Amino acid sequence: MQHTTIKSTEELPKAPTGIRGLDEITFGGLPKGRSTLIAGGAGSGKTLMSMEFLVRGAIEFGESGVFMAFEETSDELAKNVASLGFEIEELIKEKKLIIDFVRVERSEIEETGEYDLEGLFIRIGYAIDSIGAKRVVLDTIESLFAGLKNQAILRAELRRLFRWLKDKGVTAIITAERGSNELTRYGLEEYVSDCVILLDNRVTGQISTRRLRIVKYRGSRHGTNEYPFLIDEHGISIMPITSLALDYKVSNERISSGIPRLDMMLGGKGFYRGSSILVTGSAGTGKSTIAAHFADATCRRGERVLYFAFEESPDQIVRNMSSVGLNLQQWLDKGRLKIHSARASLYGLETHLVTMQRQIDDFKPNAVIVDPISNLINVGESSDVRSMLTRLIDYLKSKQITAVFTNLTHERLEATETEVSSVMDTWLLVRDIEIAGERNRGIYVLKSRGMPHSNQIREFLLTNKGVDIIDVYAGPSGVLTGSARAAQEEKEQAEKTLRREEIERFSRDLDRRRKIMEAQVAAITAEYEAKAEEIKQLILQSKERESILSQNRARMSKARGSQEKTIKG
Amino acid sequence: MSTQNAQSEGDFWNLRLYVAGQTPKSQAAFSNLKKLCDEHLKGKCHIEVIDLIKNPRLAAGDQILAIPTLVRKLPEPIRRIIGDLSNTEKVLVGLDILPHQMENI
Repeated sequence: MQHTTIKSTEELPKAPTGIRGLDEITFGGLPKGRSTLIAGGAGSGKTLMSMEFLVRGAIEFGESGVFMAFEETSDELAKNVASLGFEIEELIKEKKLIIDFVRVERSEIEETGEYDLEGLFIRIGYAIDSIGAKRVVLDTIESLFAGLKNQAILRAELRRLFRWLKDKGVTAIITAERGSNELTRYGLEEYVSDCVILLDNRVTGQISTRRLRIVKYRGSRHGTNEYPFLIDEHGISIMPITSLALDYKVSNERISSGIPRLDMMLGGKGFYRGSSILVTGSAGTGKSTIAAHFADATCRRGERVLYFAFEESPDQIVRNMSSVGLNLQQWLDKGRLKIHSARASLYGLETHLVTMQRQIDDFKPNAVIVDPISNLINVGESSDVRSMLTRLIDYLKSKQITAVFTNLTHERLEATETEVSSVMDTWLLVRDIEIAGERNRGIYVLKSRGMPHSNQIREFLLTNKGVDIIDVYAGPSGVLTGSARAAQEEKEQAEKTLRREEIERFSRDLDRRRKIMEAQVAAITAEYEAKAEEIKQLILQSKERESILSQNRARMSKARGSQEKTIKG
Repeated sequence: MSTQNAQSEGDFWNLRLYVAGQTPKSQAAFSNLKKLCDEHLKGKCHIEVIDLIKNPRLAAGDQILAIPTLVRKLPEPIRRIIGDLSNTEKVLVGLDILPHQMENI
């Protein structure tokens, strides 16, 4: 991992500790050539932290160290720190480390008259000189207070010791027990004033969390918060992240959610790379499935996904997701997907977050899934939750890691989770819609920063081929889903048919009426035509008769004329 | 009882005085010890003076912190007395020479 060492001409020279996170908080390490006091209660990690300082100094920075142990023998120490993966025997053989056990047993010591602690000075000096040590740890020098009666001599000698260490130019760590009123039980902070670090191990709700705070650091800036830290097989990890301000670069790249229709709802392109996405919903609404689709799509692009599961084992996730047609096993096999399962109640929130940060550092994923984050929220105090999540999200953003958090809500959502949601860029809500004795899933985008997004509720279907998002029925009688939607659609279909039939009937009626009308018109026309024909006939007959009559008359008159002629003639 | 035995003939006191250079405290401690041995353990006592400035590596072996320190190597168990040994009575108590005698009284 990288240690950011900020160098400035004005700042003190510093000795990097190599302890994950500590160098970030201290902006480079402990004051070089000076003494640092580490105070803390029993079991708070003082000894381990100071031992890690020496071990890393020897391995990573080429500075050998001397460990003056007042409480544990060399063997005990070696065993204890072996659990952190430190092989100190090797370092001792290579003359990079000396452990000197200083036994102070009051019952064996009788005091008479004046004395000084020159013997201790000589021992430390001899150890330093024999390997050219640059780092010294005195753990815990307070044992001297229990072993020696003459406090006046002891205090004067301690003052002289710390000054002597400074003159020697070694970077020293002095550990001390936490006092009830004072910082340390015997007021050692009075002598060691360059840098004071406080370790704490608080138990809240049966869950213990280790915390570190830099009480003072003369001549240097430093993080002032309480930082949770973790001790495990890789040593100490502190989660710093104060240095992470809101100045990280953002990406304009869009990546698919793995569900095409959901991408459509998100401005047609999906999530922004490096954004944080919250998926809330009540139990069984398909939050994990949405997350798994995203994981699948991310792996499909050849990227890496780290999946933190707080409810299910890796096998269970793989099996369950295969029921909706997602083959996650192939990505596990290819090493693109890593599922880290842990019970949320195992540690405190902070410890989880430190663990997650370390896993992220190690796996270097492109996307992270936390499923569900609500379990984490439940183990932390609500006041801490937000700041811790903000730190985690800032951390992810600074590394351009896209993160999907699922969140189980029991109530009707929003208000309860505001503390979480405000730090999220995109908030998807999966929600039950109960209609007509049926429970269906609706999905909508509650917010999505920096992109146009759908304001519609869609129905969310889990099929054996994966997630499908379809339009819900949104009509005058409200939103309908599932069979109610189907019923409504059928009803509408029936109504449509009915209406069509009606229209057909009406048009047939119209047709018929037109035909009747036309028939009638035809009949009248026919009648008229018949009448007209008749009348024409009559007219014709009358004309004929007229003509016959006039012919007859003419013939008659002709005939008569001839008679007259005849008579005259 | 054991000290009575320890006090008995043939017992031997192996004492080591750790000092760091010729400081007044060291010198005082040595002369006090010498006097004490002459008075209480005459002929049964061997004093070895170790200067840690010359032999710093020996400091760890006897768990020396304070200077001067008187270590009773024999008879066992090992006892340590720190300081300039100016309080003879305390030294005698520390070396298990005196307390049992006082108990017996």
